[in-house]
Amino acid sequence: MSEELVSVQIDGEWHQFPKGTRMIEACRQAGREVPHYCYHPKLSSPGNCRMCLVEMGMPPRPKPGEELPLDEAGHPPIQWMPRPVIACANTVAPNMGIRTDSPLTNACRQGVMELLLINHPLDCPICDQAGECSLQEFSVEHGRGESRFREQKVKKPKNVDIGPRVRLDDERCIMCSRCIRFTDEIADDPVLGFTDRGSHTVLTVHPGQQLANNYSLNTVDICPVGALTSNDFRFQMRVWFLKETNTIDTNCATGANIVVYSRENVIYRITPRQNNEVNSDWMPDSHRLNFHWINSELRLTAPLVRENGVFRECSWAESLQVAADRLRSYAGGDIAIIVSARLTNEELLMAKRLAALLGTDLIAAVPRTGEADNYLVSADRNPNMNGVKLILGLDDPVAKLGEIRSGLAGGTVRALIVLQENVIDDAGFTAEELGRADFVLSTYPLANPTADASDVVLPGACWAEKSGTMINVTGRLQRLKRAIDGPGLTLEPWELLRDLIQALGGGNGIYSADELFKQLTHDYPEFAGLTLSQVGDLGVPLIETGQTIPLIERERERKARGIIVG
Amino acid sequence: MILKANFSVMALEIPSTLEQEIDERITHYPVSKRSAVLPVLHALQHHFGYISEEAVEWTAKKLDLLPIKVLEVVTFYPGFRQYAPGKYHIRVCRTLSCAMAGSFDLMDSLCQAAKIDRSGVNHHHPIAVSEDGKYSIEFAECLASCGTGPVCMVNDDFHEKVEDAAALLGQYRD
Repeated sequence: MSEELVSVQIDGEWHQFPKGTRMIEACRQAGREVPHYCYHPKLSSPGNCRMCLVEMGMPPRPKPGEELPLDEAGHPPIQWMPRPVIACANTVAPNMGIRTDSPLTNACRQGVMELLLINHPLDCPICDQAGECSLQEFSVEHGRGESRFREQKVKKPKNVDIGPRVRLDDERCIMCSRCIRFTDEIADDPVLGFTDRGSHTVLTVHPGQQLANNYSLNTVDICPVGALTSNDFRFQMRVWFLKETNTIDTNCATGANIVVYSRENVIYRITPRQNNEVNSDWMPDSHRLNFHWINSELRLTAPLVRENGVFRECSWAESLQVAADRLRSYAGGDIAIIVSARLTNEELLMAKRLAALLGTDLIAAVPRTGEADNYLVSADRNPNMNGVKLILGLDDPVAKLGEIRSGLAGGTVRALIVLQENVIDDAGFTAEELGRADFVLSTYPLANPTADASDVVLPGACWAEKSGTMINVTGRLQRLKRAIDGPGLTLEPWELLRDLIQALGGGNGIYSADELFKQLTHDYPEFAGLTLSQVGDLGVPLIETGQTIPLIERERERKARGIIVG
Repeated sequence: MILKANFSVMALEIPSTLEQEIDERITHYPVSKRSAVLPVLHALQHHFGYISEEAVEWTAKKLDLLPIKVLEVVTFYPGFRQYAPGKYHIRVCRTLSCAMAGSFDLMDSLCQAAKIDRSGVNHHHPIAVSEDGKYSIEFAECLASCGTGPVCMVNDDFHEKVEDAAALLGQYRD
């Protein structure tokens, strides 16, 4: 796309945009939002909803030998066209005029809204989309306020099971076709289509097929109305009660940017948040729905200390004192530390300090691998293995796991510290192996077999209950933000590490996560000069990994070819 | 929306001559095979009388499409039937001139003569079939002979100024 700029008048003010900018994007950049349904910057533009109609004009063609009179700023006059144009599929032209708030434009919007509402149920109070429905919003802004339709509405199928996670209400569908284009263009699983014609048109999944791909719930996000809803979230909570927290997904190394919707410390849903460098506007269903365990009854809620073979709940002060006393009794070479690659950089820095204080360099991380899906799911299912490598200075953080196991078997590892991992289920350790250690300290959000085999068990917060930074598969530094409070006495892992280090006598004057980030900028040249506000909601490139995210690469190509706005 | 056609499912047997004809039609669209979907469907309907679920899937496979993209086309055009018509399919014009000339009465008398019950007809099921499966009937829009209404078509035969339903059916006994 050429970087040549063209002058465009929008609602009386002149602006400059790169040639090829869609009119709707130009208006948005000029602060004049144009209502739309079918247009989505990541999908092709069929221009079928007609909601973005605007009044458009161009300078008149001068008579031969005449020149157009220019105004003081040097702009030519504009001759307004009698008919509106759609702003989504047309691009700006030199000296074009656009009116987003004229009698013609407003009449168009009112007309489109009236037609869209003819067969749409007028039952917003019982619709799950209420509060985040474009139809509802534009009806308030651009509608008539009253229906003139006195006939029977067309009846269509309701509560249609079109896939394991998505449900369809055909009466609410306004035929914008975003979901069809998403399944065609992004998810490569074109099972949706419109059947029938005119006011009988319905969104259909082909008989015998299902909308079941791992990206199906993105259709719910881009559905501007209540036609597609998530089986998991529908009718669970009104959206205006939910608190939104911008954070990142921790189910794989991609680190999709997400919004966590919570109320009173309960997460109700997770949706992707736009970041064109990481996940575009999308996220996989498997990652999106993996949060219900956070409210599990198996959550650890207080520190536990084993006495005579039985766990006893106690205070943080007491449990950390017990742990510190025991750990002090070993030489550094007797102690091994297993960290999680689900820890933040800040927490890893604390783990590194703990290792230095105890005098051990036997430290390893638990690998988690799966299959990459060639879209957004990375083969590395840990969110921060790049952080482990950088902060702990390990080329192969997994390498020493074997050494720790053989150390346990051979009796050279007498004390084991497991930070936010369940090494029995996730790293192949056995209870018997852990039993060979003289002392095991483990932290984890949930009760688990490793905790059962430990002497001191500390409740560490899960990803949604802590703040910090992580480094994704492409080397991008991104912020994890605390959305809810952990249950009971749960502490964020960096907090419990800080307190453990203090109990061991290694106080270091760090009292907040922000101070830890500052420490990172001191200790690591990669972090030098960075501030948390610079990292912001979208993250910054930190290191070179040479890895890319397949879906993002494909979107870039589509953008370069002008198929999508991007 | 028709999710499940209610005809008895029969294995789709495409005679080799039909397939040759279809293959030939596809060659008319060298840029995109998808463009051949209408001619292919016409050929199938001409042979089978209607477009069955199997025909939709066969077409999709033939043109490297997903079945939903073919179903979209089939359901868009009322000219494509998703249900088996009778041996003789009657189309009665109901557009203004024929309506004024008595095409609704003609429809009633044809139904009576052919023993067809149209009470189940609606937007999604426009065709009614006689009990013996010999005749089927539907309303059609203008058949382009407004001066000679009421008009109707029986299969590919055109009939003008139709007044005697029984006499018309008499021409299509076997």
